[in-house]
Amino acid sequence: MKRRINVWSNIDWLTVILYVLLVFLGWINIYSAVYNEEHQSILDFSQRYGKQLIWISAAFVIAILIMIIDSNFYSFFAYFLHFVVLLLLVVVTLFGTEIHGSRAWLEFGNVRFQPAEFAKITTALALARYLSSHNITLNRMKTYLRLALIILVPMAIILLQNDTGSALVFTAFILVLYRQGLSLGVLLFGVYVIALFIFTLILGKLFVIFGTIGLALIVLWILNKRFKYVWVAAGILLISGGLFYGINYVFQLNVSMYYVILGALVFSSIFYIILAYWHKVSRVMLLLVLLFGSIGVAYSVDHVFNNFLESHQQKRINQLLGLESDPLGAGYNINQSKIAIGSGRLTGKGFLNGTQTKFDFVPEQSTDFIFCTIGEEWGFIGSFVLISLFIMLLLRLLFLAERQRSAFSRIYGYGVISVLFFHFVINIGMTIGLVPVIGIPLPFISYGGSSLWAFTILLFVFIRLDVSRLKVLQ
Amino acid sequence: MDTFAARRNIIAFVILLIAVIFLVKLFLIQVVSSDYTPAATNNVVRRITQYPARGLIYDRNGELLVYNQAAYDIMVNPQHLSHFDTTEFCRILKIERSYLEKKLQEAKNYSRYKPSIFLKLVSSETYARLQEKMYKFPGFFVQPRTVRKYKYDNASHVLGYVGEVSDKLVDTSSYYKSGDYIGASGLEKSYEGVLRGDKGVKIYLVDVHNRIKGSYNNGRYDEKAEVGTNIVSTLDIDLQRYGEKLMENKIGSIVAIEPATGEILSLVSTPGYDPGLMVGRQRTRNYQNLQQDTLEPLFNRGLMARYPPGSTFKVMNALIGRQEGVLYPGTTYECHGGFYAGNFHMGCHNHPSPVDLIESIKVSCNNYYAHVFKRILQDAEFESISKAFTNWKSHLQSFGLGDKLNIDLPSEVAGFLPTVDYYNKYYGKNRWGYLNVISLAIGQGELGITPVQMANTTSAIANRGHFYTPHIVKRIEGEETIQQRFQQKHETMVDSVYFEEVIEGMDLAVNGEPGTGSTARTARVDSITVCGKTGTAENPHGKDHSIFIAFAPKDDPQIALAVYIENGGFGATWAAPTAKLMIEKYLKGGPDIQWWEDYVTSANLLNKKEEDEEED
Repeated sequence: MKRRINVWSNIDWLTVILYVLLVFLGWINIYSAVYNEEHQSILDFSQRYGKQLIWISAAFVIAILIMIIDSNFYSFFAYFLHFVVLLLLVVVTLFGTEIHGSRAWLEFGNVRFQPAEFAKITTALALARYLSSHNITLNRMKTYLRLALIILVPMAIILLQNDTGSALVFTAFILVLYRQGLSLGVLLFGVYVIALFIFTLILGKLFVIFGTIGLALIVLWILNKRFKYVWVAAGILLISGGLFYGINYVFQLNVSMYYVILGALVFSSIFYIILAYWHKVSRVMLLLVLLFGSIGVAYSVDHVFNNFLESHQQKRINQLLGLESDPLGAGYNINQSKIAIGSGRLTGKGFLNGTQTKFDFVPEQSTDFIFCTIGEEWGFIGSFVLISLFIMLLLRLLFLAERQRSAFSRIYGYGVISVLFFHFVINIGMTIGLVPVIGIPLPFISYGGSSLWAFTILLFVFIRLDVSRLKVLQ
Repeated sequence: MDTFAARRNIIAFVILLIAVIFLVKLFLIQVVSSDYTPAATNNVVRRITQYPARGLIYDRNGELLVYNQAAYDIMVNPQHLSHFDTTEFCRILKIERSYLEKKLQEAKNYSRYKPSIFLKLVSSETYARLQEKMYKFPGFFVQPRTVRKYKYDNASHVLGYVGEVSDKLVDTSSYYKSGDYIGASGLEKSYEGVLRGDKGVKIYLVDVHNRIKGSYNNGRYDEKAEVGTNIVSTLDIDLQRYGEKLMENKIGSIVAIEPATGEILSLVSTPGYDPGLMVGRQRTRNYQNLQQDTLEPLFNRGLMARYPPGSTFKVMNALIGRQEGVLYPGTTYECHGGFYAGNFHMGCHNHPSPVDLIESIKVSCNNYYAHVFKRILQDAEFESISKAFTNWKSHLQSFGLGDKLNIDLPSEVAGFLPTVDYYNKYYGKNRWGYLNVISLAIGQGELGITPVQMANTTSAIANRGHFYTPHIVKRIEGEETIQQRFQQKHETMVDSVYFEEVIEGMDLAVNGEPGTGSTARTARVDSITVCGKTGTAENPHGKDHSIFIAFAPKDDPQIALAVYIENGGFGATWAAPTAKLMIEKYLKGGPDIQWWEDYVTSANLLNKKEEDEEED
């Protein structure tokens, strides 16, 4: 059964108003961030604020076009669009223009265009299409592989473009999967890997080995409830450890401590497997797989971090983990960003009166660090208002998503929430020093046509789907 | 159906949790912490010192002597340095590559984020050449300064020079900062407070590249630099230059004073140096060269050299004798080749005998003053020679001898007058008599008197018994009068009535008929009555020093002066004609007889130091 509906009267105007408010706030803060005496007119199109006004106008047109297109279009063409964007990503990786070290841009005359921004939209669409199809059971290997295809392929290509920030955005889709019933075990596993990652960097491989051994012994006890097994296991490890250490010492082999322990661990594990098999101790294999898996992860993290990450990326992570303090080196941006925001105090320095942002102490003050201008000129009150607007938008989208009757619309809604939330957390988090510096824009606020349009499309497709929510009667 | 709907609550919770974490963190850095505001101010505010031009210095006739010239310090801020064409940079600034490297390292060691001086006092021409290319050298900028410029290469000892403040002063003073200039000697030093003006500050907003973006708060907190106050010196630059010309190739000093005011008309100390050497980048090297010069050009002999006054001192003993009533105009002594007392003999030269007071000065009789001094010390008025000696000394002190005059130039010394204690220590208490100190009668022995003290004494004689403390500044711009202490009349302990015979003697010493024993006829000027007295200071290290004191005209003294020429022999030989030429220059604009000027200027007495005394 179909009902004809009036698109304009069914639009969720609250969302639209929040969107317009954010876009407007973004525009006047871009004006302030790059304000200079020679170009005082906010309509000066040679300046960023003038250009942003063009992008905004175009975004409004795009929004209207989206509202006109039939809602079934997005679901129907989801895979096709995703495929097209993936092709574009490949093209841009091979032939794109390099800006700030990322080969992520397509250039058409004066207009630059970043396909990665649009990959977020199509990934959200494809994900919604796939997860909303019938006979899908989430927690199966086959499903995981298909999901990985949808999410990880664009992510990998974007990583190849050297645009780490945009690639990381795709991890946000875990939120969608979580809502759709991703097993807690998988999630916990994910958290465990992240914890391993962090502990490896902070405390080193050796500590992780000892830690995971200890953890494995505790789990062994939890699974079997018998101390004897634990003592025997620990005893075997200690003896073989002592043996290996002794051999290393006596023969002066100068093998590093790391390998001595690893060797002892392998040796004692083999010994223990035989013993466990003999005595029918359960789930030893699983534990050992996890144990060696963890050590493998720790080792590869260490290896990847030291050999594959570029030094500025290492520094940013070290900075955040508190392993490195260099306020005039890698920490300079963060420090300046905090000075700008902190010096705004409660009420701010006033519109156009910010000095830290205007005089370039804060980098990228109209794009990634636009929040500094808001914090500096409008103070805590301004920060509070902006964060409130974002939270209202996110919660409103959550409400909208949950009221969808079609799974596709709901899942897509969560896709929108994931992407916006991730940008919001990372962008504001980095300006106040809570997360590492990852160059991604603040949705609707930051300067840039590509990102504004992409976020507009992302949001308005969902608003369009929401308009037609009553068409689907389940 | 949808079995995971409850998870939306967890998602909502996570969103809100993040919002709360952000707001708490923002509250902490924006509202609670107050560390960021000063950090922000520090970032954008640059205080740039405005260096005022120093006050100008004029001579007594309004001629400009010292003024300022723009110079530029090249500054470097290491944090803004990037690759640049070092070869071109060195070529423009005319510096060695090693200098560049050394200075850049020093600047980095000092501070990576604060500017420091890279190259001092670059000329306007170099600056102009650099300015065109400045954009090629990020991290360098220019700080305008002013340096002293001298119209004449004379009067360096009076004018002094300007140097960088010492680290010690920077630590203790609230005004001076490292790299500031300060008067280091002469007038520049003693009038530093007047000449320096007041530094100002301009507060600018700068961006991250240290580019000035505007003034802070519309300049509300800026302080304008106050230009230094101009000074009119008492110096007569023509006379000064003439004096220096006369003293070329001679070691010594001329100090000329206007008796009516105590104004120093000229203060020559030779060898001198070109004050222009003490300016600019070569200053340190030039200073070292001057310091190592064995003729000590940096030593201001006019204020710092102590000489025995020689026979010029006879006029003092004459005045004291008169005041103490042990000597009368009619007092006569016969002189037969000197003063004899038992085995003691002090020689005298050949002159008509006997002589009275006036004659004794005219012919400079040693014997006469031995007697006078003996009577001064054996005056029955005093119970002991100690008391008489102390009284004698206090007369001298009333002329400004033996103590600093406190003139307005630095490094003046007190000179030396012996005390009773001095002789007690040397001979034992009450173990010495007038014979032990008889050389004081003729100005030899334990006397150390500076040229300026001697000139001042002459001025007191010209004034018939009083003087004004000699001073070098005539007027400070914007001030009604000079310091009170320079307007204060100092009466000597000798009444003015006792001066006439002495002055008469000084007149005759210069203007007496030829062949009558006048000792200073070489100082004679036809149209001016010059009064003077020769002196020859015994010099144990070489040829005697030639001394002459004089004032003129006799009845309306305009100039009083003392001339010291080391190793010049008799006072009449060099010092007297030099004084005469100075007087002529000052009163008439030049010498009557050019021969005398040529005679003096052509003399080279620098190498006479070690020669034996010539026979005469």
